[in-house]
Amino acid sequence: MFVTEAYGQETAPAVEGGHGAEAPADAAHAGTEVPHEGGHGAAFPPFDSSTFPSQLLWLAITFGLFYVFLKKVIVPRLSAILDARDARIAQDIEQATKMKADADAAVAAYEQELAEARANANTIGQKARDDAKAEAEAKRKSIEATLEQKLADAEARVAKIKDAAMQDVGSIAEETASAIVSALGGKSAKADVSAAVKSVRS
Amino acid sequence: MASPDKVDPIHQFAINKIVDLHIGGLDVSFTNSSLYMVVTVVLTGAFLYLATSSRAVVPSRMQSVAEMSYEFIANMLRDAAGEQGMKFFPLVFSLFMFVLVANLIGMFPYFFTVTSHIIVTFALAMLVILTVIFYGLYKHGLHFFNLFVPSGVPGILLPLVVAIEVISFLSRPISLSVRLFANMLAGHITLKVFSGFVVSLSALGVGGIVGSVLPLGMAVALTGLEFLVSFLQAYVFAVLTCMYLNDAIHPGH
Repeated sequence: MFVTEAYGQETAPAVEGGHGAEAPADAAHAGTEVPHEGGHGAAFPPFDSSTFPSQLLWLAITFGLFYVFLKKVIVPRLSAILDARDARIAQDIEQATKMKADADAAVAAYEQELAEARANANTIGQKARDDAKAEAEAKRKSIEATLEQKLADAEARVAKIKDAAMQDVGSIAEETASAIVSALGGKSAKADVSAAVKSVRS
Repeated sequence: MASPDKVDPIHQFAINKIVDLHIGGLDVSFTNSSLYMVVTVVLTGAFLYLATSSRAVVPSRMQSVAEMSYEFIANMLRDAAGEQGMKFFPLVFSLFMFVLVANLIGMFPYFFTVTSHIIVTFALAMLVILTVIFYGLYKHGLHFFNLFVPSGVPGILLPLVVAIEVISFLSRPISLSVRLFANMLAGHITLKVFSGFVVSLSALGVGGIVGSVLPLGMAVALTGLEFLVSFLQAYVFAVLTCMYLNDAIHPGH
């Protein structure tokens, strides 16, 4: 009902336009018919009822054949064409939907694999990093131990050398002191000198 | 002075016999009107036949035109009368195509316009109305007359409303036929009058030739308008046919 009302409104202006166009034509008609009828007295052709039987018969024949032709040939053809197209479009859409689903699944699988690969790579990388760190740490520790050993050896050697040197310093001082004492003309008592050196050094 | 035929705007509607034919005392001669009916039907039929002969999924231009006209009328009928209305599709489609092509053929100079005769348009309108009445009575029996009794009208007003509904129903074939006939007639007369002005004025000399530019412009503009009217009237005829058929299919308002 709503639809028919809408059509009614739509057609209303067309009808109005029709009547509008009619008015000047009627005026023209009135103006021109008079001399025409004066000429040979024929009726206005559309209202000449003597032509009605012929027009009706031929309209019935032509329109009747036209109707039958359209009903039997054209309409089935056109509806078959349109139905085939609709079916084809529906089928294509279905196929496209299926393909899209396949593509989506492939993308999901790919992303899953990618994520797994990334996780694997992370694990491997982490492990490699940890190994490298541990190895470096171990190497560092062994090197440090070696160095400390060497340092300790070196210190021991230095202490030994220092002791030896200090020993030498004692004997040198004794010799020097006894030399100085003998030079001063005194008799040097070796024991006294060494005791004196010792008391000085300590 | 131009010959009377050239300025007589009524001459174009004259019916001339081509083959004299009498059956049972009736003059049923093959006339120029009959010729143009045949031309209309053959042209339209041949176009639709050739356009759809390849049955292509991807349509050619001609097939597109045929499909567009099909879907145009199919949508119109479906909107107005619902899916049940589609059984009348061949009728509405052939009416629309016949009126449209007859109108358009009439736009060629010197061609006869079949739809400019009231008897033709009245016959087509009666075809529609009789289809409505017979189908309505066949399908709904006496319930078809519910068409004239709108629901929800107070009892006192009912006789008045029913009278108005009956009159409006009876005036449908008249309005349907006169609308198409008058539009085609008026348009062709107007075109002829303005074209006649151009010829008459041009015969008057230089001033007349300059002055004839105005009616010439009018004639050109009116030609465009008449093409619009040709389509519009075929459309209106088809739309109203659909609405009347809806009454036959669903008589209760």
